[in-house]
Amino acid sequence: MFEHLDAVFLARVQFAFTVSFHFIFPAFSIGLASYLMVLEGLWLKTGRGVYANLYRYWLKIFAVGFGMGVVSGIVLSYQFGTNWSEFSHKAGPIIGPLMGYEVITAFFLEAGFLGVMLFGITKVGKRLHFFATCMVALGTFISAFWILSVNSWMQTPAGFALNEAGQFIVESSWWDVIFNPSFPYRLTHTVIAAYLTTAFAVGGVGAWHLLKDRANIGARKMFSMAMWMAVIVTPIQIVVGDFHGLNTLEHQPVKVLAMEGDFDPSPNGAPLVLFGVPDVDAATVRYALAIPKLGSLILKHDPNAPLPGLKDFPREEWPPVAAIFWSFRIMVAIGFAMLALGIWALVARYRKRLFASRALHRTAVFMGPAGFVAVIAGWITTEVGRQPYTVYGLMKTAESASPLDAPAVAVSLIAFIVVYSAIFGMGIYYLLRLMASPPHRGETEPPNVPTYAAGITPASSLEAPASHHSGGADGTS
Amino acid sequence: MEHLDLPLIWAALICFAIFAYVALDGFDLGVGILSPVLEPGQERDQAINSIAPFWDGNETWLVMGGGGLLAVFPLAYAIILPATYPLMIAMLLGLVFRGAAFEFRWRDPRHQPLWDLVINVGSTVAALAQGITIGAILQGIEVENNAYSGGWLDWLSPFSMLTGIAVVVGYALLGATWLIRKTEGGCQRHAHRLAYWLASATVVAIIAVSVATPFLHNDYWRRWFEMPQVLLTAQVPLLVAICTAVLFWSLNRGRELLPFVMALALFLLGFIGLCISIYPNMVPPSISLWEAAAPRDSQLFLLVGAVFIIPVILAYTGWAYWVFRGKVGTEGYH
Ligand code: HDD
Ligand code: HEM
Ligand code: HEM
Repeated sequence: MFEHLDAVFLARVQFAFTVSFHFIFPAFSIGLASYLMVLEGLWLKTGRGVYANLYRYWLKIFAVGFGMGVVSGIVLSYQFGTNWSEFSHKAGPIIGPLMGYEVITAFFLEAGFLGVMLFGITKVGKRLHFFATCMVALGTFISAFWILSVNSWMQTPAGFALNEAGQFIVESSWWDVIFNPSFPYRLTHTVIAAYLTTAFAVGGVGAWHLLKDRANIGARKMFSMAMWMAVIVTPIQIVVGDFHGLNTLEHQPVKVLAMEGDFDPSPNGAPLVLFGVPDVDAATVRYALAIPKLGSLILKHDPNAPLPGLKDFPREEWPPVAAIFWSFRIMVAIGFAMLALGIWALVARYRKRLFASRALHRTAVFMGPAGFVAVIAGWITTEVGRQPYTVYGLMKTAESASPLDAPAVAVSLIAFIVVYSAIFGMGIYYLLRLMASPPHRGETEPPNVPTYAAGITPASSLEAPASHHSGGADGTS
Repeated sequence: MEHLDLPLIWAALICFAIFAYVALDGFDLGVGILSPVLEPGQERDQAINSIAPFWDGNETWLVMGGGGLLAVFPLAYAIILPATYPLMIAMLLGLVFRGAAFEFRWRDPRHQPLWDLVINVGSTVAALAQGITIGAILQGIEVENNAYSGGWLDWLSPFSMLTGIAVVVGYALLGATWLIRKTEGGCQRHAHRLAYWLASATVVAIIAVSVATPFLHNDYWRRWFEMPQVLLTAQVPLLVAICTAVLFWSLNRGRELLPFVMALALFLLGFIGLCISIYPNMVPPSISLWEAAAPRDSQLFLLVGAVFIIPVILAYTGWAYWVFRGKVGTEGYH
């Protein structure tokens, strides 16, 4: 019995570790693929070399990040079976087809056009190459669509019934399964999160190079684009996050109460706990700094609306409160920090100091990785908040695991930690190294990229970078 | 629609995905397996560059096989993966190593030998784990109450080791014949020499596995040797003999494409042999493909999409191969 529990715990740690590592890369791939699409589109439209150079600059980075996203993702798709076989057997008939659609509509699309995107610049016409970039970007979005539908169904299951084998099967229609209640919010919030993550990474890199050379055209361009994203998209994300929270309150109230640290019911309007230290044993938040009524105002849009408390629910139904309480605050704090930076940059732009303010650039460098932190913090809120269930309210995590011995899971967990730290550690090092080299005219391919003898159509290829900024203007016909 | 045998259709589609995986990732894993005997520098760069635009797409068929199994045969997925747990973890880690090292070897020329070693070890481990898994499935998996009930090393046996080695050798043959097709000069000549050895070794491995399989279960024995089906099953070894002959002939004649095609044909025959042995089970010896099948609604829902989308996938995948047709050049190399 004890042995069995242990194996479940280890399997959870293993899944949390591998999926968190995985998501670092998609968060970047989704955003960067779209950014590359924009850059190449702008290049085709304006013919300005700065866009072509930026495209090549970020393409090298994209290749490394994407490769790591792919290999870490393949691990996950098999981990449902290795570590959560009971869950796979019972929920497979619902989530399996959705993940199957992800493979055939998204993964093949990304992989099929990736080779052309990375190595085909000199092989296919400009428009066809742009098309390949668009397909890769579309693929990342479709992938997010399906996997988030799956995850949302696990959070807010809908449209299902149970058959005699205890399996979840579709009852009303697949539409209800796919567009389950939390899906629209989660999809919007996560895709925007990926864009913001990328924007801040790009902005951080731009700022880093501006600190060294204010005149670098590429660095100016990317910094400026990123700061527009920051100021326009962050407010949208905050509003979407608010709606997401309202939706969660409706379907998973315990999760929201844990996020807010509301142990006691508040019949006359809940406060908003800004900071404090949750003490689960005593069921209270110590050293709380709270604003009265604001919690109800945010969650119910009425300062006096009553809210339940965790104490209204049995303790076995509580998720680990402290983890969610903190991760939620980290995400929200970063959200507001992003907004602040966006506004600062906007003001600097109007004062014509966008490329001159060193303090702004230093802050932007510091905020470069903020998106990644926010994204992981957000997922921890979501996933830990779902505990103790895998399928919310219906299937417990403890009933989902594979019949494995603890030593087997322990050994594989250690193997994952060692291999991931080594391989992805190196990968992140290479990414940072690529980012540390300034963007310049005549960005080149990485050394040794494959070249092929047949089928080269040089006339129509993306203009050789050496031909400077307006190089492509004549080639747009 | 009512009379469609969906589990059978899906079994065929999953077989297609698995074979597509073996055929495609087989050659790029094979190149990885061979990389240490290729000379560092031009020869090895050419070899690895010849698979660079393709490996990601190739590997997606593995996701299709696994994801498809989860979707339409969840019970099989939920039994086979825990039963082969250490193998699956080893395979996945091998693929992580290999995939990441592909990206790294260009970015960091100073450590290229290290990353080439990682590519080699990752590819070999992944291939070996896949081969052992096939053996483990053939020899049967212990099941109780719809769940795996054996220990975590049940898969380990002389037979599964044999299938493991057979797959490594076979992938290496695919890799060598691919290089004959895609490279030129020294690399091509080297691959050509290797292909002779690997073709002989592959044939030995096929014979060894074929001889051992009927002894695993009485069922397999009857399947292969009883009248009247022996008339049908006997065609498989016959075709293997023909393909082997053509393979050696084409190597002797210095043909470039035919050896690769024949190596693929050998794999296809081996795969058909495997299917003959296992059918109608999904998890030998006890769970048939109808028992493992997901409810009809789930199978139908995905089938509708698959029927329309898989041809499109094949079309653009084919296009990507066509874009990178021809020999991989050496100009990119300084
Ligand atoms: C919101 C987006 C998102 C989320 C939540 C996940 N993924 Fe992912 N995944 C992607 C977005 C993505 C992507 C953008 O499509 C990737 C990342 C980089 C890439 O190469 O494709 C990818 C790659 C990727 C691959 C490799 C695809 C290929 O062969 O090309 C697999 C098998 C998975 N993922 C599977 C999973 C599973 C089983 C997840 C959940 C537990 C998961 N992903 C979470
Ligand atoms: C990509 C971002 C994701 C992150 C960072 C993430 C993070 C986590 C974490 C931290 C846990 C452990 C929770 C705990 O045991 O306390 C977990 C569990 C789990 N998650 Fe996610 N998750 C992500 C996406 C997904 C998706 C998209 C799915 C489903 C399709 C999923 C399915 C699961 C399952 C099955 C478990 C294991 C059972 C459990 O512990 O609840 N996760 N995840
Ligand atoms: C400051 C305003 C924000 C608010 C009010 C907010 C709100 C929320 C809420 C309530 C959840 C949990 C939903 C659930 O589990 O059901 C969540 C999850 C999440 N948040 Fe935020 N968020 C904010 C900012 C951000 C930012 C800036 C990012 C990233 C750049 C981000 C990324 C995520 C991610 C990836 C998840 C997990 C996936 C999901 O459930 O949507 N959030 N957010």
